[in-house]
Amino acid sequence: MILTGAEIILECLLREGVEVMFGYPGGTILPTYDAMSKYPQLRHVLVRHEQGACHMADGYARATGKVGVALATSGPGATNLVTGIATAMMDSSPVVCITGQVPRAVIGSDAFQETDVTGITIPITKHNYLVTDIEEVAYTIREAFYIARTGRPGPVLIDIPKDVQNQKMEFVYPEGEIRLPGYAPPDSALDDDVRAALELINAAERPLILAGQGIIRAGATELLKALAERGQIPVALTLLGKGAMAEDHPMTLGMMGMHGAAAVNFAIQDADLLIALGMRFDDRVTGNLKTYAPHAKKIHVDIDPSEINKNVRVTVGIAGDVKTVIEQFLPGVRETTHPTWLNKIRDWQEDSDEREILNQDTGNRLLAAQVINDLWHATGGNAVTCTDVGQHQMLEAQYYPHQRPKTLITSGGLGTMGFGLPAAIGAKLGRPDEEVWAIAGDGGFQMTLCELATAVQENVNVNIAVINNGFLGMVRQWQELFHESRYNSTPMFSPDFVKLADAYGIPARRVTTRAEVAEAVEWARSIQGPTLIEFVVEKEDMVYPMVPAGADLHAMIRRPKPVQE
Amino acid sequence: MTETKSNNQILAALVENKPGVLNRVASLFRRRNFNINSLTVGRTHQPHISRMTITVDATRADARRIQANLYKLINVIRVEVVSTEPHVSRDLALVKVRSDDADSRNQLTELCERYPARIVDIGPKFAIVEITAQEDLVEDFIRALQPIGIVEMVRTGVVAMGRGVRILETDYEPAMTPTQANGHHVF
Repeated sequence: MILTGAEIILECLLREGVEVMFGYPGGTILPTYDAMSKYPQLRHVLVRHEQGACHMADGYARATGKVGVALATSGPGATNLVTGIATAMMDSSPVVCITGQVPRAVIGSDAFQETDVTGITIPITKHNYLVTDIEEVAYTIREAFYIARTGRPGPVLIDIPKDVQNQKMEFVYPEGEIRLPGYAPPDSALDDDVRAALELINAAERPLILAGQGIIRAGATELLKALAERGQIPVALTLLGKGAMAEDHPMTLGMMGMHGAAAVNFAIQDADLLIALGMRFDDRVTGNLKTYAPHAKKIHVDIDPSEINKNVRVTVGIAGDVKTVIEQFLPGVRETTHPTWLNKIRDWQEDSDEREILNQDTGNRLLAAQVINDLWHATGGNAVTCTDVGQHQMLEAQYYPHQRPKTLITSGGLGTMGFGLPAAIGAKLGRPDEEVWAIAGDGGFQMTLCELATAVQENVNVNIAVINNGFLGMVRQWQELFHESRYNSTPMFSPDFVKLADAYGIPARRVTTRAEVAEAVEWARSIQGPTLIEFVVEKEDMVYPMVPAGADLHAMIRRPKPVQE
Repeated sequence: MTETKSNNQILAALVENKPGVLNRVASLFRRRNFNINSLTVGRTHQPHISRMTITVDATRADARRIQANLYKLINVIRVEVVSTEPHVSRDLALVKVRSDDADSRNQLTELCERYPARIVDIGPKFAIVEITAQEDLVEDFIRALQPIGIVEMVRTGVVAMGRGVRILETDYEPAMTPTQANGHHVF
């Protein structure tokens, strides 16, 4: 079968099981767009900005566990992908980006729309390729998908010159084993390491599991639950680890870190053993490393060997697949209870309950926390939520408990504003049976709101909650706490979001009181196709608790207890 | 000849001989804030394999971190921290010095007897001396040349190899793509 390079690209995508790709055409990728006529099974979603394409592919990947695909042309098309690629890299999301490149003969001549995208993306991809001959197209795409989805997943970019897309060859799909001599993701743990870890686990009096996204990626949620139940070990979650363990499980404590639950952070600081599973001790999780978990021995299991001993020195470091390693642990974990330890944690939790804003009378004010909590109620806690970055994101983490893996999709590592809406579109296309909500602030929403048009054109049934406080809320919070309330460049004008949605043909409502929240959510759920609700909330609200950047984890700024009358 | 300055670690890496691999390694060191003292790269007896020697200002623990990070690069096949085990290391320098009077020429000749160095070019004004030795000996030699008058210098950077039966090798053979089978390289 004689195929062009462009046809081979699409042929290989089909063989990788790709159903949908997100992209934007242009000069150097045009042959591939032309070949799409021959491959109607591959759905192409036309985005409004390439950043959106990459976020959609990322959202699709996180919601499904499969590889997401983004397409762009050379030059500005490729550079527009960069934020999306870096987002996927920081959160280990399997995305393959295919970019057109100027013809080989003019590479290096500053040709129209030429940019060295492989050079640009070296630091933000797991791997990348410049394909210089049609013979290499199929091998490269196979390798790229393999690299993207295995080991610690991540984005892979393939840059393909236009003339290579137009070359022709007799096409034979390269079957057989992929041979990458320098690539061997670790799998099981050494017996000695398992023994050493089990000794620590069985001897611990105040053990705590720190569960991260690795649990979700590895499909190890059931095993994590078994481990926690067997050893009666409480579980703290990272932001991206939400969903790794059902949050209504009695052993689940909640989120750790900068805006984590106070009880969790106290527990970390008091624990005598941390069992870190598929997480990477990010600075937003540890606070001051010098005072972090001072009494704890540490077991760290991660698929990426370079994460072991990177930020936190550990007692037992295991580079391995977290699912396999927990399986190795389980038979050796002694069934036991830690009543004193669990009671101590319960006391901390009760103290937090007294400070809880939801338990206080807030008068006529509508708080973002209440919106998120009511959204959780109204959706039965069962929606896939895709957030932006900032206060609403942290409030989502605090007030929307997740029961299942792959239901919270958020930019944790890079902290990319504008992620929520495109990620939600990608997630919904990947999991059409799920109820999907994009939750964004007024700031982040305005960064990628052009994708509203994509949602309409593709009739994607996403509900959008814009939490509008008229500020870049989290930055304003930092200004209030650390810059004497000098609100430089954080008050933000926004268009009338309801009218804006109307201009796109999207049904929309504005909510200003708590009484309207649940009903508006129900209304949005009842409508096929995209909807938007603008929640006008308290302008100068805070997210508590908060560990200031670099401060000790136990030195949280907490919401004051209400004054007792 | 096995000791290295404690804060100077030597790593050896076998990498796929493909365009851009040097760029990937250099990019890794820059973005992880690892300080390279020298980096050399050259082909090996296996045409598809290149070998890099990298010296860094780092502790042993840092060197292990660098090793783990190098392994994250897909094109990096094997990495060893050579400096933690007995090894042989060499640096080569070409130094152009003044040779326009008898005194300077005598000094040069004398230094070349004391060091593993030789004069490889000599003219009425300048001479080029070559030294191949362990890095610190090269440093000594350069200091000794300074009073004569150095006008130009170039160094290869350190290359190193583990002693004895420790062999840094790979049995990897790349799959033949049709183009390669036809005799021309695609990368």
